Parts: sequence; structure tokens; C-alpha cells
Amino acid sequence: MKYIDEFQDPALARRLLDDIHATVTRPWALMEVCGGQTHTIIRHGIDQLLPDQVELIHGPGCPVCVTPLEVIDKALEIASRPDVIFCSFGDMLRVPGTGRDLFQVRSEGGDVRVVYSPLDALRIAQENPQRQVVFFGIGFETTAPPNAMTVYQAKKLGIRNFSLLVSHVRVPPAIEAIMQSPSCRVQGFLAAGHVCSVMGMGEYPELAARHRVPIVVTGFEPLDILEGVRRAVRQLERGEHTVDNAYARAVRPEGNPAALAMLEDVFEVTDRAWRGIGVIPDSGWRLSPRYRDFDAEHRFSVTGINTVEPAECRSGEVLQGLLKPHECEAFGTLCTPRSPLGATMVSSEGACAAYYLYRRLDLGTVPAAPTTAPEASPVV
Amino acid sequence: MCLAVPGRVLDIGEKDGTRMATVDFGGVQKEVCLEYLPDLQVGEYAIVHVGFALQRLDEESARQTLELFEQLGMLQEEFGDPWEQAAAQAGADSPWPFADEPAVAAPQEEVQP
Ligand code: SF4
Repeated sequence: MKYIDEFQDPALARRLLDDIHATVTRPWALMEVCGGQTHTIIRHGIDQLLPDQVELIHGPGCPVCVTPLEVIDKALEIASRPDVIFCSFGDMLRVPGTGRDLFQVRSEGGDVRVVYSPLDALRIAQENPQRQVVFFGIGFETTAPPNAMTVYQAKKLGIRNFSLLVSHVRVPPAIEAIMQSPSCRVQGFLAAGHVCSVMGMGEYPELAARHRVPIVVTGFEPLDILEGVRRAVRQLERGEHTVDNAYARAVRPEGNPAALAMLEDVFEVTDRAWRGIGVIPDSGWRLSPRYRDFDAEHRFSVTGINTVEPAECRSGEVLQGLLKPHECEAFGTLCTPRSPLGATMVSSEGACAAYYLYRRLDLGTVPAAPTTAPEASPVV
Repeated sequence: MCLAVPGRVLDIGEKDGTRMATVDFGGVQKEVCLEYLPDLQVGEYAIVHVGFALQRLDEESARQTLELFEQLGMLQEEFGDPWEQAAAQAGADSPWPFADEPAVAAPQEEVQP
């Protein structure tokens, strides 16, 4: 337990680890749903501090990674138009579409702007009434309410030159799809804390009961992950499968009612394709008919795009927990953060990026976990 | 992007009929929408995601998280210049673990911002 002193409270980390070691009697496979959790796990070597019987499988919870190539290509197409100001979160800049990314579109003269908040994009629309402003609305349940509010505001303020390119995804249908896969080995879930800050925990009891898996709502800090694992392992050892909240400081069981009401008003549930995985029923949101005017796909007819997935990229398997990043042939050779083949190598929540950044290779040795953040972090 | 960062409300105002606040994230200040936490008050902490306060947080856990994010360079990732970060990513890989093996075999196209 060499790296345990890097934990914010090493004594507590040790107690949690000791408890997990004392509880485990059999092998268990847990999936951390969120990519932010994956980064914490790899950065701190948490998977290597855990008993050998506890395996952590990385889940699909990186919104940038699961955005389908087709949507990225549409974004690139719209962003290249001279009348358009294309606004996006910084994470999307280097996500490869077919042949290029937003970073390149800007170097070729496209007006691509990075915003901190979707409301910044709305402000840009107000300031540039003669241009079309399009915001790239991706993300899970945590990001959907801010984007919903922005569309609601646009409508309320009568801003006509603003639209949203929507590719929002929902976690529970992804959990369902993972559990239904014949090769699924997952026996318990660490659910994504901030998704539950918005949605609450109401969607999970039925999933936990039907698939007989414990679902533990878990935060992002190293100690949160250890506590989540501890509670999941306890349940598994006792043969229980309930929903448990290990992130009570930020998650109320009912979620955020104001955000839920806005989601209900602005979006409607739809099937969505997940990059590398395929279509998952009911796994996303699109704008509801009342807000159809603000749908960028409706406003700009983007057709005739020839989407080509790089054949070498196995990010679909990585996102489903079927393959560890370094087991991909292209990892670190054909595919690096500088020339990524898949979004999972670029995104700040991508599993391939985590393995690359923290130099995690399956060499049977404990890698040197960085004590400080790497200089000029290549993660956006 | 999925990261939500705790911040402290410094002042509250209204803009276009929307409740907005200035929120401090360990030194970086941003404008944040309070519509989803309408009763949040000056001095309180909340977790903030892409400019929206989403859930209240007690001061102690907020401080701890901010400290940790700061140490890990995550605040820089969240609030730093994304174009610079993308340029660094396009041009400068983190060093590959094996000194004598090239990390990058694929042909490179250098892109300047
Ligand atoms: S290492 Fe690169 S090519 Fe392989 S799965 Fe990850 S992103 Fe795709």
C-alpha cells in the first residue's frame, strides 16, 4: 500500500481498505459507471490497492466518448459554415470525426468558440444577431438541465439565431444494456454521483432488483471510490442487492426537482446511438416538439456525410468494460492523445486517456502514480 | 466536462429575468445560474456544473474537494484555456514510458491554433 499517503486522509483510506480486505471472501466484478471515477481510480492506483478478488471494470460514463461519430461529423459540417458560430465545451475540440476535429475546423477558418457554460453561447447569439449560433449539446443527466435551461431562455427571450445540436444520453438504459449483454461480468455498480445529484435515485431500485445487482451511488474523490467499493462488496458478500447512497453530501434521493421539471419540459426521451456500442433504446433525449425550432439538425440540413469509423479502434469494447485500454493493439502506437483514433483517448474522462496519461500498462508492476498533475496535461 | 466543482456564492443578482450569482472556485470566479437552486444564499456552497448550481454542499466537504481538485490540477483542466490545452495535446504528448521506443508511429499533421 505504497501510495496510500497520497490520499487526502491516508488513515481513513487505510481503514476503508482494511475493511474491504477483511470483508472479501470471493471474486467480485464492479463497474464504475462514470469516466471521472475511472480517472480517479487509475490516477491513485485504487484498483491495485484493492484485494485481488475485487475487479473494477470501466463503464461507458464519458459523454464525450459515447457521442456517435455521425453527430461529431454533423458538428464539423455545421461548424465549417461561414454563417455559423459554433460553440462547444473544450472537451470536444480534439475528438476525432471522420478525418478531422473541431480544432482543425477552426484552423481552417471555422468560427469555433469554447464556452464554459451553454448560457455563454446564448449571450454570443444575442451579441451576433446576424449570425447563426449553434451549441453542441452533449452530456449525461448532469449536463442536460443546463442545456435545457438555455433553450428555454432562448425561447423566452425570443432569440431566433440560437440552436442546439443535441446528443444527450441517459445512464439507466446504459446499465440495462450492459446487464443484458451475454458477455456481461458486472455484479455491482458504482453509480455516477453527479448524475444522481440531478436525477435522484428513483430510477435505480427496479434495475437493482431485476438484475440482482447492488447499485451504490458514489462520488469522485479517492475516498469516495473506496467507500463505494466497500459498500458494494459488503452487499455482495451478504447476497444483497439494494440501492445505497455513499455520496449523501451531494445527492438527495429526490434529486433536483427544478432541474427535473425543466428536463421534462424541454426534452423527450428517444433512442440514441452510442459510439462503439450502437443504439440503446430510450437512452437519450432530444428536444420536445415545442422546442423543435431550436434543433440545429432541423435548422441545418446536414446530409450526405460519409461517416467512417477507424477499423482499429476498439473503444466500443472499452466502453462496455469488455476490454482494458492497453489490450487494444493501437494503444500507444497508432493511437495516442496527439493522434487519437477514438474519443476515449482524448476526453478528460476517457478510459484510454487515463491509461495513457497515468502510464498504466499491464506489466505486472505498480506504476508510479504522479504526485502532482502532469505538466501541460494533454487532457482537455 | 462532467466534472462538477464546488464553489461559494459571493453575490446574487438578476439577468434577463434569471437568478444569477458570482461564484468563487478557489480563486477563479464565474457567473453561475441559480435557477435550479433558487433559495441558495450568499456565503453558501454548491456543486456547479457548466455554469449551473445543481446541489447544495456543506462548507467542510466543499473546501476539502476544492483543495483536492487544486492539488490534482483539475481546476486548471476545468478553468484553464481549452485552446492552449488542445494545442498542447496536438503537439506535445506526455512522455512515453519506454525511452527507446517511439510513442507515436502514426504520421503526424501538426496543427497550429
Ligand atoms: S487505444 Fe485508441 S484505438 Fe484503442 S480503443 Fe482506445 S481510443 Fe480506440
